[in-house]
Amino acid sequence: MLNIGKIEEGFVLDHIQAGKSMQIYRHLGLDKLDSTVAIIKNAKSKVMGKKDILKIECDIDSLDLDVLAFIDHNITVNVIRNGEIIEKRALVLPKEITGVIKCHNPRCISSIEQELPHIFYLSDEKKEIYRCKYCDEKYSETSLNVH
Amino acid sequence: MEKNMRHMMNPLDFSVEELEALFDVANDIEKNSAAYSHKCDGKILATCFYEPSTRTRLSFETAMLRLGGQTLGFADAGSSSAAKGESVADTIRVISCFADICAMRHPKEGAPMVAASKSLIPVINAGDGGHQHPTQTLTDLLTIRSLHGKLSDFTIGLCGDLKFGRTVHSLINALTRYSGIHFIFISPNELRVPDYITEMLDSKGITYEEVIKLEDVMPRLDFLYMTRVQKERFFNEEDYIRLKDFYILDKEKMAHAKEKMYILHPLPRVNEISVEIDNDPRAAYFRQVQYGLYVRMALILTLLNMTDAHMNEGLLREF
Repeated sequence: MLNIGKIEEGFVLDHIQAGKSMQIYRHLGLDKLDSTVAIIKNAKSKVMGKKDILKIECDIDSLDLDVLAFIDHNITVNVIRNGEIIEKRALVLPKEITGVIKCHNPRCISSIEQELPHIFYLSDEKKEIYRCKYCDEKYSETSLNVH
Repeated sequence: MEKNMRHMMNPLDFSVEELEALFDVANDIEKNSAAYSHKCDGKILATCFYEPSTRTRLSFETAMLRLGGQTLGFADAGSSSAAKGESVADTIRVISCFADICAMRHPKEGAPMVAASKSLIPVINAGDGGHQHPTQTLTDLLTIRSLHGKLSDFTIGLCGDLKFGRTVHSLINALTRYSGIHFIFISPNELRVPDYITEMLDSKGITYEEVIKLEDVMPRLDFLYMTRVQKERFFNEEDYIRLKDFYILDKEKMAHAKEKMYILHPLPRVNEISVEIDNDPRAAYFRQVQYGLYVRMALILTLLNMTDAHMNEGLLREF
């Protein structure tokens, strides 16, 4: 049994699909945080079989969680203060995401003007479809991981 | 920059009511063109065309000249600062210092939107790659409204390249906001309308059919929108040669059409409409070009907030 210490203030991200924790680690910019971050991979889960967990010691207003919903809105976000869970935050698909995914349409203006931010908007909430703000190209899995 | 400055990136940027107002201005220009001939005195339209498009550019320039304004610009990227590596954002910032309104065509999708986001003057998307060509859609809508009297309750057949045809996709999208429209898509299997279009129609409960033979549906159509099979869309020359003359609209086929079924085409036409029907009163594709001019004139006036005075003059004269 692996024991990870309690955190005083921050987040515990639970029910992350096994193998996706590093992706979230990068997108949340956790590598730049000067605080405790625990990455637990392939933890046993009754519901999921295997899951990843992230424990992040940080100011609870300092993280942009929009990207989490985009990657996997089934993640449970536990907000911790004084060592206790004070809130379980529901993840809602963001209307717009900037700098998370990249448009790979070679005909898109963002393919030649490098300084343009890559912005995607939620075009179909039911089907969870995101499209490039400039060319309306549909996002596909291969677009993830630009940064 | 004006507080309420608007651009035209996509026909759906304007509400149905706003489009009606725009088309009213266009129809008023058609009837009372003299009343508009000095409306834009002292105004300048910049036509920034990063790829050649003679027809669209001339239509925009004529529109401004007929409103009494002047034009400047470039007709291909080679003669602009883009050749030196200037970004679209910087170009529009500079153009904003020279002109009052800008029509931009660019081979890259979304370029006019980037320009609009940095511009101090209204920007009109005059075509961005295979993405949008809103003034063509406005032209098509105005033509239908002028010939049919309204933008609802008709059956429209769209024929030819429904897979790559940007004008077709944009027109279908725009027409879904009106009631009582039935679509008939006529194409070879290889050039069928994309799934996302039919899914969108399904989700809105709009009726449509997909057929291969044009003859079978001719008697039921109120409008027939023909398209050209574009060589540049094919990777394989053999496929292009096989499909390019799949549909040829001729007198024989027109014999099955209603007396008031109008033929539209975004032009240029190649072989898909035989010249033998050019004199048929139902051949509306050259009238469509004329409507394209009126709608661009109306759009320039609308984006420059200069419609009301003349509309009132025009409408008063009718009584």
